[in-house]
Amino acid sequence: MGTGTSEELDLGQAPGRPGRTAYDGPLLAVDDLSVTFTRRGRRDVRAVDGVSFAIRPGETVGLVGESGSGKSVTALAVMGLLPGRGVRVGGSVRLEGEELLGASDDRLRDLRGREMAMVFQDPMTSLNPVVSIGVQVTEVLRRHRDMTREQASVEAASLLRRVGIPDPVRRLKDYPHQLSGGMRQRALIASALACRPRLLICDEPTTALDVTIQAQILDLLRQLVRESGTALLMITHDLGVVAGLCDTVHVMYSGRVVESAPRRPLFGSPRHPYTGGLLASIPRLDAPRGAPLHPIQGSPNDTIPWETGCAFAPRCDHRVDACTTSAPALEVRGHASVRCWNPLPPPGRTAAAQEEDA
Amino acid sequence: MLRFAVRRLMQLVPILLGLSILLFFWVRALPGGPAVALLGERATPEKIAQINRLYGLDRPWYEQYLSFLERAVQLNFGSSIRTQRPVTEEFLRLFPATVELSLAAGIFAVGLGIPLGYLAARRHTTLLDNVSVTGSLIGVTVPVFFLGYLLRYAFAVKLGWLPATGRQDSREFLDAVHPTGFYVLDGIITGNPAAAWDAAKHLILPGIALGTIPLAIITRITRASVLDVVHEDYVRTAEAKGLLKRTITRRHVLRNAMLPVITVTGLQVGLLLSGAVLTETVFAFDGVGRFLNLAISNRDFSVIQGFILIIAVIVVVVNLLVDIAYGLVDPRVRAR
Repeated sequence: MGTGTSEELDLGQAPGRPGRTAYDGPLLAVDDLSVTFTRRGRRDVRAVDGVSFAIRPGETVGLVGESGSGKSVTALAVMGLLPGRGVRVGGSVRLEGEELLGASDDRLRDLRGREMAMVFQDPMTSLNPVVSIGVQVTEVLRRHRDMTREQASVEAASLLRRVGIPDPVRRLKDYPHQLSGGMRQRALIASALACRPRLLICDEPTTALDVTIQAQILDLLRQLVRESGTALLMITHDLGVVAGLCDTVHVMYSGRVVESAPRRPLFGSPRHPYTGGLLASIPRLDAPRGAPLHPIQGSPNDTIPWETGCAFAPRCDHRVDACTTSAPALEVRGHASVRCWNPLPPPGRTAAAQEEDA
Repeated sequence: MLRFAVRRLMQLVPILLGLSILLFFWVRALPGGPAVALLGERATPEKIAQINRLYGLDRPWYEQYLSFLERAVQLNFGSSIRTQRPVTEEFLRLFPATVELSLAAGIFAVGLGIPLGYLAARRHTTLLDNVSVTGSLIGVTVPVFFLGYLLRYAFAVKLGWLPATGRQDSREFLDAVHPTGFYVLDGIITGNPAAAWDAAKHLILPGIALGTIPLAIITRITRASVLDVVHEDYVRTAEAKGLLKRTITRRHVLRNAMLPVITVTGLQVGLLLSGAVLTETVFAFDGVGRFLNLAISNRDFSVIQGFILIIAVIVVVVNLLVDIAYGLVDPRVRAR
C-alpha cells in the first residue's frame, strides 16, 4: 500500500483535522519503553523493560508473546491508558514525532480515538451494557469530528455497514446484549475506526471469539487497514494471526523484545530459540495422526531476572553457560534482531536466496 | 411489562393473607386489651365485658377473623377505638404527612449519599474515603430515636435554629388551609410562602433523623458500585475513545453504577415507613407512624391491623415501581 495515497485518503475524508506539517519519520516510535508497577510493601514489578520498535504509516506490526510478556502493557502505555497511580513509565513514545509520555491528559484525550484507537480482547465486556450501540459508535464521532447527532447517526450506520453488520440502522438502536460476540467486536472496530485514526492497536481482538468468527474479523481488519491506510499494531499470542497479517513481528519475552524480524524470515528461519519453540508448538494439519505436540517446556513463571541472565534460559534447550551469567543484548543477525547468546543456526544458502528474492 | 406488573401484584394476595393472620393474633396476644386501655383505673369486669361486647371481642376468634377479613377486602377496617373515626379515613388524613417526611428523608439520603459515595470511590483509600466508610458505619448503627433526640436537643433546644416538634407553627399559621395535606405544597398553592417555609423547616430535623440510615446505606452501595464499574472493560473502551471525563462519568460510570443503588433505594422505602413510627413520635410529627404508635399503646386493634396492612401494600407497590424504573435504566431487564 502506498503511503502517499493513504495521506490523501486521510486528509480528504477527515476534514477539519488540524493541518500536519511535513513529517517523514515513523508514525509511531517507541524507544526504550519501560513500565514498572509499584505497590507499597511489595517488590516492584517491571512489566516492560527497554522495549523499542517503530511503525511506519500504513504498516502492520505484530507484537507476539505469552501472557505476562508485557505486550498488552506496552499497548496501554502507548495509548496513555495505564493507571495514574502505582505505575512508573520510562523511555519515549512518539506519535508522528510528538512525545506522548508526559503529555497532558487533555492532549492525550484529543489524540485517543482520533489519531490512535484501540480494540480490546473481550467484546462481551468492552461495550457498555446499558448504552445503545448507536451512542457507543457516535460518541467518538461527536467528540472528535464535531458532528451533530444526525450526521453522526448517518456516519455510524455507514461504519457499521463497512464492518459487515447487516441492517445497520436498526442495529444502532440495539443494545450490546442483543448482538453476538462477533457482531460486538465488529461494532467496536467500527467505533475505533470512526475517526480514521493513523494508528490502530488491536489487543488480541479475536481471542474471545470462536474460530470461524476469528477468521472473519482478521479478514475485516486486513481489508480495513488496507483501504484506509491505517497502521496496525497487532498484539497476539497467536502466530497464525501474525502469519496472515503482519509485515514486521516483534517477539516479547518477560518484558523485553527477544527477536524482531520481517514476517517471512521470522517464519522461515526463526533465530531465537523462543521464537523457534513457538513455531514448533503450532499443531500442523499435515502432521501424521497422533504425532505429539511440541510445547515449550515449563511456564512463563520459570524465568530469571534479566539482570542475571536471559529470562528464557530456564526453559531453553539451546542454553549455554553464558545464558545464566549475563543478559544478551539485541543484536542484528541477518534479517532479524535477536537477543540471544546461542541463536538457532541461520538458514541454508538456498533458503536465504529465496528470501532475497521475496 | 404489564404482565410483569400484574404478576407482582398477584403476589400481594398471599403476603397480605399471611400478614393479616400474624397481625390478628399478635395484637390479641398483647397484654391488656383495648377495654383495659380505654377504661384505665376505672376498669371493672362488668365494664370490660361491656366494651368487649360492643366491639365484638367476645365472639370466637375465627368469627372475628373472618368478619375482619370480609370487611378488609372492602377497604373497611372498622373504626378507631380511640378516636371513633374510620381507620381508612384516619390513614388518608395522616398519610400526606408521612409521605412528606419520607420524601424529605429520601432527598437527604439520595441527594447526599450518591455524590458522597461517588467521591469516596474516586478518592479511593484517601482521607475522604475513610471518613465516608467510617461515617456510614456509624450511620447505620445509630438508633433512629436516639439520633432524633440528639438532633432535637442540639438544634432545637440548645441552638434554637429549628423547630423541635410538629408540622407547622400552629399559633402563627392558625388559619393556614391544607387542601392536599402536604403542608409545604399547601403553602405554595394557597399563596402562603411563609407557611410553606415554616412547614419545610419542620421537616429538616426529622428528615435528617429518618434519612441517616438510608444515607449511610446508599453511600456505601454507591461507593462499592462505582469502584466496581470504573474497572470495567467498557470504561477503558470509553477512555480509549478519548471521550471527555464528564462524558465517561455520566454515561459509562454512573449509569451502570446506579443499578444496584436503585434496587437498594427501593428497599429503603420500607425502612423509611418503619423508621417514621419512631421519628414521628420523637418529633411529635402528626403522621401515620405517630398514630400507629399511639394505637399500639392503646391496643387500638382496628388501627394496628388496618394501618399495617395498608403500609404493606404500599411497600410492595413502591418496590414494583422501583423494579419498573430499573427496567428503564437497564435494557437487559426490559427484554425479559
